[in-house]
Amino acid sequence: MPVEVLEDGRKRVSAPLFDEDVRALHAGDVVLLSGAVYVARDAAHKKLLEDLDAGVPLPFDPVGQIVYYAGPTPERPGNPIGSAGPTTASRMDRYTPRLLELGLKGIVGKGGRGPVVRDALKEHTAVYMAALGGGGALAALQVRSQRVIAYAELGPEAVRELILQDLPAWVVNDCEGRDFYAEATAPWRRDDRLPESFRSGAKAPLD
Amino acid sequence: MGAVRELDASAITEAVRELCIQINYVVPEDMVAAVKRAREAEESPVAKQILELLVKNQELAAEGEYPYCQDTGYTVVFIDLGQDVHITGADLSDAVDEGVRHGYREGYLRGSVVREALFDRTNTMDNTPAFLHVRIVPGDQVRIQVDAKGGGSENKSRHAMLKPADGIEGVRDFVLRAVAEAGPDSCPPGIIGVGVGGNFEWSAILAKRALLRKVGQPNPDPKVAAFEAELFELCNALGIGPQSLGGTQTVLAVHVETMATHIASLPVAVNIECHAHRTGTKVI
Repeated sequence: MPVEVLEDGRKRVSAPLFDEDVRALHAGDVVLLSGAVYVARDAAHKKLLEDLDAGVPLPFDPVGQIVYYAGPTPERPGNPIGSAGPTTASRMDRYTPRLLELGLKGIVGKGGRGPVVRDALKEHTAVYMAALGGGGALAALQVRSQRVIAYAELGPEAVRELILQDLPAWVVNDCEGRDFYAEATAPWRRDDRLPESFRSGAKAPLD
Repeated sequence: MGAVRELDASAITEAVRELCIQINYVVPEDMVAAVKRAREAEESPVAKQILELLVKNQELAAEGEYPYCQDTGYTVVFIDLGQDVHITGADLSDAVDEGVRHGYREGYLRGSVVREALFDRTNTMDNTPAFLHVRIVPGDQVRIQVDAKGGGSENKSRHAMLKPADGIEGVRDFVLRAVAEAGPDSCPPGIIGVGVGGNFEWSAILAKRALLRKVGQPNPDPKVAAFEAELFELCNALGIGPQSLGGTQTVLAVHVETMATHIASLPVAVNIECHAHRTGTKVI
């Protein structure tokens, strides 16, 4: 079962995911990722899209699958992997809609997504989740195995298949267009304490 | 001036090698204390749980099996070289790179550096070259500080040449905007290093040096220290919180360094550090 609701309300998620599974995941849900995910980050995404443009088959079929944005440290002898937390997702924004069009259903990273990706998640019924950014050591304990399946020359950026067991993550952007970062932070923002010039953006443009 | 002290470059290589491994596994005590302080102060129950996980991540990394974060950083090396020291046996920057090479390979740390940014993004696989800053200082010692700086938070750093008329408020708002726009991407709660003054490049180096202070140690100038305290309160009023899931602990510390500048200028650099703050120092 791709989305299993546990007694404590958390949801165990494993690929392949279908539209109805994605619809069962809502911004703010705590999920435990299990089973196979495909690891790819900056350089791998560039190559994946170059392969697509060249008509070369992708190293994995994205239909229903989950991609994990990560670049693990080298594994010590006897361990399946080194530290393996998520990397910043927005750097993949440029590549993401194309993979969603092909049927990718889940993405795991950390940090926010731009409007183009948020719209594409809605359009293609897919979900973006964030794992614990900077929690690389803890994440390593939830990885059962890894296998490099493409672009080995990229070293830490090679495409890998990971078998996970209960890697915790939060649903950030669901297929209804909700953004959990915006929802979760708004109640804590103390506008009454922030300077008017900052709130109105009147001074010191950032660029 | 004292007698010239001969120092074999291999001592520098060894110090850099040891520091690279140590800092990626053992979070410095001041940072451990800062995260625990934030855990106590945090008002959001979810954020408190996140901070508890970060403490666990520190403890697990310190066991020596898994680095604190998979991004084991660019290796930024600050050397204060006593002017009475004569380095022998190798070129200083080669000696530093050799230390990084050995440290990253032997420590099972990730190579996160590409050979050239624009036309040849081939991973050097051993995290070389280091990003080396050398300062000549009085004396016959060599002080080496290594910082493993994560790319995700570095990417959210900002720089601007403000106008003198923008003043303290302009700098304050610029820092706030940088932290607000970094949001979840820079893995809060972290440290904010602010460099004000100098010229274009000096403000950035000041900001980096500000990060390398003991976490939360105020600037010795009371006016600057008061500005740090104000920025700390304001950054935490943004409500971003740990992992940007909302909360009162968005930053663990704001460190500001200032210096001379041009009559026309108010340069400001904001160097953002994540909760994976990894730095260490050796004196030879």
